[in-house]
Amino acid sequence: MPAVQETVERVKRIDVDQYRYGFETLIESDKAPKGLSEETVKFISEKKNEPAWMLQWRLEAYRRWLTMTEPTWARVDYPKIDFQDLYYYAAPKPKKTVTSLDEIDPEILKTYEKLGIPLREVAMLEGVEPKPGEEDPARRKIAVDAVFDSVSVATTFKAELKKAGVIFMPISEAIREHPELVQKYLGSVVPTSDNFYATLNSAVFSDGSFVYVPPGVRCPMELSTYFRINERNTGQFERTLIIADKGSYVSYLEGCTAPQRDENQLHAAVVELVAHDDAEIKYSTVQNWYPGNSEGKGGIYNFVTKRGDCRGNNSKISWTQVETGSAITWKYPSCILRGDNSRGEFYSIAISNGFQQVDSGTKMIHLGKNTSSRIISKGIAAGKSQNTYRGLVTAHRKATGARNFTACDSLLIGDKCGAHTVPYIEAKNSSATFEHEATTSKISEDVLFYCVQRGLSQEEAVGLVVNGFVKDVLQQLPMEFAVEAQKLISISLEGSVG
Amino acid sequence: MALLEVKDLKVRVEEREILHGLTLTVNEGEIHAIMGPNGSGKSTLSHVIAGKPGYEVTDGQILFKGEDLLEMAPEERAAKGVFLAFQYPVEIPGVTTMNFLRTALNAQRKARGESELMVPDFLKKVREVSKSLNIPQDMLKRGVNVGFSGGEKKRNEVLQMALFEPSLCILDEMDSGLDIDALRIAADGVNALHSPKRAMVVITHYQRLLNYIVPDVVHVMSKGRVVKSGGKELALELEESGYTQFEDAA
Ligand SMILES: Nc1ncnc2c1ncn2[C@@H]1O[C@H](COP(=O)(O)OP(=O)(O)OP(=O)(O)O)[C@@H](O)[C@H]1O
Ligand SMILES: [Mg+2]
Repeated sequence: MPAVQETVERVKRIDVDQYRYGFETLIESDKAPKGLSEETVKFISEKKNEPAWMLQWRLEAYRRWLTMTEPTWARVDYPKIDFQDLYYYAAPKPKKTVTSLDEIDPEILKTYEKLGIPLREVAMLEGVEPKPGEEDPARRKIAVDAVFDSVSVATTFKAELKKAGVIFMPISEAIREHPELVQKYLGSVVPTSDNFYATLNSAVFSDGSFVYVPPGVRCPMELSTYFRINERNTGQFERTLIIADKGSYVSYLEGCTAPQRDENQLHAAVVELVAHDDAEIKYSTVQNWYPGNSEGKGGIYNFVTKRGDCRGNNSKISWTQVETGSAITWKYPSCILRGDNSRGEFYSIAISNGFQQVDSGTKMIHLGKNTSSRIISKGIAAGKSQNTYRGLVTAHRKATGARNFTACDSLLIGDKCGAHTVPYIEAKNSSATFEHEATTSKISEDVLFYCVQRGLSQEEAVGLVVNGFVKDVLQQLPMEFAVEAQKLISISLEGSVG
Repeated sequence: MALLEVKDLKVRVEEREILHGLTLTVNEGEIHAIMGPNGSGKSTLSHVIAGKPGYEVTDGQILFKGEDLLEMAPEERAAKGVFLAFQYPVEIPGVTTMNFLRTALNAQRKARGESELMVPDFLKKVREVSKSLNIPQDMLKRGVNVGFSGGEKKRNEVLQMALFEPSLCILDEMDSGLDIDALRIAADGVNALHSPKRAMVVITHYQRLLNYIVPDVVHVMSKGRVVKSGGKELALELEESGYTQFEDAA
């Protein structure tokens, strides 16, 4: 190797190692200049040391984005976003890495305290010890790829994953280390031209996770990413790509919290999943970003594009989400059921309180033969919030024997909130069987009084009843997540009854 | 000593007065029966004692162990020992009975400044009590009252009563919907809780229940007042002659 080349390689490696070991050396926080232009896109690509093809890809997306307009069909209402008034890239400041609890926003700590669990990072990094005779310890470990601001700074459990042949790393690293995989799959599920926010993400995405599970491998642990939004006024554009090769299995957990702030924050993530023949991907999210203050100010705008492609025969993709945060949620994790006998699942709990607006649901696109899908959606609206389920189920002409079951239940707490169900169903062949059930109910005063008479406070009673209402979905979550989610649900409904 | 003192209680529901100055004193260790025609206000009285929202107390007083009960939140009353076995127990889907029992018991203990009951102790206690009430363990794994038969729902109320060990038990028509065997089992459960420190108020339409749970005092309610009180023979008398004799008194 020529000397110059060697030096370049070494410098790159140092860069990578700094991420891995949590910024022991000082790195100045640097931001891209405010606003969005080709310069911004180039700046980001350069910061990430990206190959030329990646920059090209971004620039094409950017040019495309310039021709697009923001979608307005969702039942959400917010002031116009000035895209030139945002920062599109911010590297973390060294002080933001978590080396001691003192450095974490007290608001976040308070939430953890209420959740009754030790800091999530700690629990995860140390793995969760199984109770005797409960489960294979290896299965219950969780690997964390923490995303602080826009850059992944910590990756653990690498060795064990490496042994299994699983690639789990920040996508920025994967672009450099596994370009052939990234080039093959990036944008293959959510094309750069897909929608306004996905296109924006393609131009300026900062970081996210990359997972590749080789054929026949059952990923030895739950993979987990832990998102945070720290920098003021920084748009967050995460990009996640997960590929399960033939006959493999992976379960991925995504969870996030955010500190309190005044200005609205834009978040437009893209998640792409690819499942080949006989492969299965389970993707679970617990989302509790700052929803805004009591007047509804300052919450996060969450415009997410999540899509899974059941590319192979007998493949399966399952989305489970618990949405409790954000001022605005615009999110439709979907499945393209391309392979014959493939299966898509969507389990969702969406809670809105205060002034939150949620427009969420799923799309199940049946293309292959004998494909099946299942949608269980539980919407809970409290305060002055609006909660909409929007779902699409379609069966293509060739999708003979397609089956779908949909159950949408809404629960209203109080009389100033709203719940809406907007199902679209399209069957282009006569052998498809689609079932749809929907209910809307109000939390019953008699049930609450029964609980209160037995000693529960009004808030505990609401938490208990709501947790019962969402039980079917909670059960789909991995254990660690389910326990936390359950508490989170109670917390997010605090103050929802007089 | 007086455990519960209801003095000249007047209660309105949606602008309509339902209790028109009701007075009732229940001492520790006593069993009181309240009888009276449909709509005379029996359930209303039990709801007001337990603190159900929607009732406006326009006059009078309720003292419990000498304290003003009307000042307390309903969960506070529960923690202090007021228990109401409902005429119509509700269903709570998705919340297992076991989880409900534990959550409620711990909430009460916490409110009293006691520590949470350890899981093994809790389980042991539940098992004992449910066995004596002929409640299969499987039922405890189901959602609270979900798919329970009428009799099972009532037994579940008695189970909670036994578990929470309240000092005042109000039983609103616990005999309705019970077959003869179930009635005996439930009544035995109630009798097992009888103690010198605990009082029972048994609301019923039928003298039959009072063969199993023998009252010290029987009250007749009519049109929102207690119109007559007496010994257990009053119940027999009512069974004979009905309520018409009291209509005028009310
Ligand atoms: N929420 C309410 N709104 C209007 N009226 C009410 C309400 N609750 C009770 N009432 C009225 O108050 C009166 C007393 O009712 P309550 O249920 O206390 O009677 P009860 O003695 O328990 O009768 P039963 O033997 O049938 O159970 C009835 O006339 C009833 O219609
Ligand atoms: Mg009644």
